[in-house]
Formats: sequence, structure tokens, C-alpha cells
Amino acid sequence: MEIVVNGVYLGAQYALIALGLTLIFGLMNVLNFAHGQMFVLGGFVTYGVTERLFSGLHFPLAIAFFLGVIAAALVLMVVGGLFERLFFRTVINRSARDESTMLLAAGTAFLLDSVILILFGQQQKGMPDGQKLIDGVFSWGSVLIAYDRILVAGISFIMIVGFILYMQWSRTGRAMRALAQDKMAARLMGVNVDFYTMLGFAFGAALAGIVGGLLFSVTGINSGLGDPTSIKAFTMVMLGGAGVVSGAIMGGFILGMLESVLLSLLPLIGLGDLTHFIIFASLMVFLAIRPQGLMGKPWG
Amino acid sequence: MKKFFTLRNTRVVGFFALAILLLGIVPGPLILAKNWYLMGNFTNVALLSLISLGVWLTFSMGRINIGQGAFALIGGYASAYCVSKLGWSFWVSLPLAGILASAIGVIIGLPILRLRGVYFAMVSLTLTQVTTLLALSDTMAPITGSSQGISNLPSPPALTIFGMTLIPSFDSLPDTKVGFYYLSVFLLLAGFLLMYRLAHSRQGILARSLQQNEELASSIGVNVARLRLISFAISSFLGGIGGAVFIANLQSISPSAFVVKDSVDFMLYCFVGGLSNVVGPIVGATVLYFAWDWLSVMGNYQLFIYASAMISMMLFLPNGLLSIKIDGLLDFFNSKKQAIADKKNGAKAKPSKRRK
Repeated sequence: MEIVVNGVYLGAQYALIALGLTLIFGLMNVLNFAHGQMFVLGGFVTYGVTERLFSGLHFPLAIAFFLGVIAAALVLMVVGGLFERLFFRTVINRSARDESTMLLAAGTAFLLDSVILILFGQQQKGMPDGQKLIDGVFSWGSVLIAYDRILVAGISFIMIVGFILYMQWSRTGRAMRALAQDKMAARLMGVNVDFYTMLGFAFGAALAGIVGGLLFSVTGINSGLGDPTSIKAFTMVMLGGAGVVSGAIMGGFILGMLESVLLSLLPLIGLGDLTHFIIFASLMVFLAIRPQGLMGKPWG
Repeated sequence: MKKFFTLRNTRVVGFFALAILLLGIVPGPLILAKNWYLMGNFTNVALLSLISLGVWLTFSMGRINIGQGAFALIGGYASAYCVSKLGWSFWVSLPLAGILASAIGVIIGLPILRLRGVYFAMVSLTLTQVTTLLALSDTMAPITGSSQGISNLPSPPALTIFGMTLIPSFDSLPDTKVGFYYLSVFLLLAGFLLMYRLAHSRQGILARSLQQNEELASSIGVNVARLRLISFAISSFLGGIGGAVFIANLQSISPSAFVVKDSVDFMLYCFVGGLSNVVGPIVGATVLYFAWDWLSVMGNYQLFIYASAMISMMLFLPNGLLSIKIDGLLDFFNSKKQAIADKKNGAKAKPSKRRK
């Protein structure tokens, strides 16, 4: 039972990460290598703001933290928007092959990595004074979960639902969905393609930043997390189907659940360190049967 | 469509083959000057280029391969295991490493080569990570030595066939590095010629047709799946060989020998050099390797400058370094030849067809 709850907690966060990636992918056909780095940057911005407000200005921790997460979202939004405007748009316009954006994406990942290293160093950072957002552990029968995890999972859920509603009902969301479906048609219908592409990239980055901020409150953050996070996000997007919002959410929850279940069951038979190998192997078998992922359009 | 057996292309190939051969002559002064450091760098560049050539091959058929690090790691471990645990000669383990990497490439390639574009890129990236994790795991420890890896690999012994010494024992050389230098330059030359032959053979041209339109290619009777699998097998073979030599040169292997970053690097070498020419990955590897090396004096800002340079290169030269010279030269030569041909035919010189 605890495994399942843990899986839901992991899944909510993973889904949020995958959402940002799939949004960027759907809109621009760009594989954002720097997604994990954006996640880490979000965590560090949250850390910086929380630390300053809590220790320097003596804000209550919860308020300092939420301001930190909002700051992370805003900073990442600006970063994402600038990246799109300055780098990706130019290259997409000039390059002969679509894949060339991959080099650019890898370049931006390196750039963010170096910026994070220069600004924040290599140390692991956690909540100031080692405090928790909410102390205590929720227990119900055999289930034991720390309250802060529940809170983080809850916020992630609200974010996911909010994001879906926003994409479904708002003017911006409609424009973005139109863009993801058919760029030319959207342009003909009077959608400002350039603006909404930029906005989409900014949103995707902001989502990564928010998860970084949320996760920071539970497990802390360090500069080495970028690549593994990107890889996990890729796995989820593969599972669910690239560029599809529902797919990203499903992929996130499936991966969270798989990780939680396998990590607690496999050690029982002495194979705990093979968890990720088994996940990958099953991913390959799955892709052999269904190459476009669960919800994806064929060939994305 | 460019013509591939024009005079100019033969010259380019000859030029680069010569340049690589020259690299083989360069160590003379380097050995005399005992500049092992520079020679070591050249060795690494040659090996990295060899590994990237495989990536280039998968690129040429429209697959973005970010899994080459996995095959290099597999090759490295295979060779290290054979040499250290089984006590075999390095020269036996080298082809074995390549064959094993290529066999695994086929097994993995069967399901995932059907994926396209970004899908394939994502899976291959995951593959690298999983291989690293697998090498780290305790379950595989009897073979891989877990996080400590395998160290103290002996340097390659002499290779004798029928009493004739083909390759002297590396220990007998003034420095084992010299042996590795020659070996890697030779392998790169062989790999380059093979790849050039391949790229301009029937198979290579078919592979390029896959990059443009797979359905069309298969509809005119190209066995798409088989073609992809063969290319991927060759690619992982090169990865395995390169990894094995790399490991032997380092004399030790650990799971961190080839990680995701290396896989991304191999892909970047191809991009930076340019995807339209076999020489691309070699140029890219040379430029990026030495750029990284020279920037190390910048300390903390090394990665920052490197990344900025890469981004600005992308902004101004999105089709790779070779895109400037090669295309320009090509136009230049073609227009000249055209002019000569026109003169011979007594026709009016047509305006040269330039790419916009």
C-alpha cells in the first residue's frame, strides 16, 4: 500500500516534468536536452530565495518557500522565452535539417550546467537549517508518508489539473493546441505563431522550474541531477507518446509507479540494482509492439 | 543530388587520407621531443573520431544516435574482461569487442530502429544511461567489477603470425603511448576508408534515401529494416572497437568511462563537423576536443565558454563547420568544370547553378 502511495507521489512529480518536455516538443519539434538542467535551476532559484527570505528577513518558512517556487517559475519562464527567441527560432529558420536543433539543445544544456556551477557550486542544497516544510508523518494502517510529500504531491496534482484546464479552455491553450496540430493551419487562422511558440517554450521551462522547486523541499537539489532528470523525462515521454499531453501524464504516473514497485520488490530477490535496466528492457519490448507510445500519433 | 565520384571528391578523400597518414608521420618529431601529452591528445582524437564515424553512419540514414557511448562501454568491458580475467591477448579481444558490441546492437536495434527522429534519439540516450547503471550494478560485478571497474590492464603484447612479428609488443616501444598512437591512427584511417566506401556504395546511397523518405524507399523494393540493421551493426562495431582501444590506452575501465555526456559528445562531433560528409565527425572531434582542452585554463568558466561557442556556432553555421568550405568549393569547381565543358561544346557559358 505504501508502495502505491509512493508511486503516486513520484508519478505526480514525474508527470509535471514530462508535461513541460512534451509541451516544448509538441509545439516546436525540439527535444529539449536542457530540461533536466532547467529543473535543477528551478531548484536552486527556490533555494536561493527561500534561504534569503527565511534566514535573512525571517519570513515564515512556508511563505518563503512558496515565494521561492513562484520566483523559480518566473525565472525559468524568462530563461525559456529567451532561449526560444534568441536561439531556437534562429536556428530552425536557418538550418537545413530539423535535427540541427539537437546540437543547439545540447549546447543550451551545457550552458545552463555551467551557469548553475558558477552561481551555486557543486554542493547539495536542502531547506535552510534542515527544516521541513511541514513536520510529521501521516500514518494510516501500514501506510507511513511524510506530510511534506503529501503536500508536494497535492500541489503537483493541482498544477497538472490546472494545466489541463488551461490548455483546454483558455484562448492561449487553444492556440497552443492548434499550433501543435498544424502550424500552417494555425497561422492561416490568425494565430500569432511566433508569440505562442515562445510562450509555450516559456511555460515548459516554468513547469520544469516548479517541479525543481517542489522537489527541493523534500530531497534537496544538487548540480548533478540535470542529466538523470532529462533521461527520466525522455523515458516518460516515450512511454506516453511524444507531444501528447495526456500521454505525458500517463507516462509520468506509470514510471513513478514502476519505480516505486520495482524498487521495493526487486531487492527482495537480490536484484535491486537492476531496477532501471528492467524498466528500460520493458520499455524496449513495449516500443517494439507500439512504437508511438501509449497515446502518441504515429511517428510523432 | 550531388555527384559522388567527381574529381573534386576523389581529391578531398585523397587529401584527408593523406592528412591522416601524415598524422602517422608526425609522431616522429613528437617522439624525439618526448611530447607525450600532445601525442596522447592526438590518440584520443583519433579514437573519438573512429567512434563518431559510427554515429555518422546512423545519421546518414536519418537516425539520431545518442547511444554510441553504450557500445563503446560494452566494447571496453568485453576487451578488459577477456584480457584481465581470461588472460587472452589484446589482439584477440579487440575484434571480439567489436563483434559483441555489434551483436548487442542488432538485438537492441531490432525493436528500436523502427522508431524515428526524436523517438530514436530518446531511446538511444536512455540506452547509454542504462548501460552505465548496469555496469555499476552488483549483479554484474563478477564481470564488470562494479564501481571499481577493472584496472591494471596489461599493454598489448606482440602479435605474431607464423613466427612473423606483425606488431611488436607495446612494452618494447620507447613508450606504450607510441603504440597506441599508431594503432588508433591506423584504425581511424581504416574506419574512414571503410566509411567512405560505404557511404558512396549502393548501400550508402540507399541509406541516404531512407533519410529522405522511408515509405518511398520501401515501396521501390529497398529492404529498409535490413539496411537499417546492417548500418546500426557497423556503427556499434566501430563503437566497440574504439571503446576497446580507448580502455586499453587508459589501462583501466570503470562505469564512468563512457557516460551520457560522451554519447552526446559523439553526436555533437558529427553535428559540428557537418552531416553531409564522411569527414564531418573527424573534423568535429578534432575541433571540439582541442577547443575543450585549450579552454581548460579558464577553470570554472571552461564549460560556459565552450557552451557559448557551441551555441553561437549553431546560430551562424547551423549546418556544421564543413558547410562553408565544402559547399563553396563544390560550387566553385562545378561552375569551372561546367564552363570548360561548355567551351568544349561551343555552347554559351551558362550561369552556374548556385545554391541560394
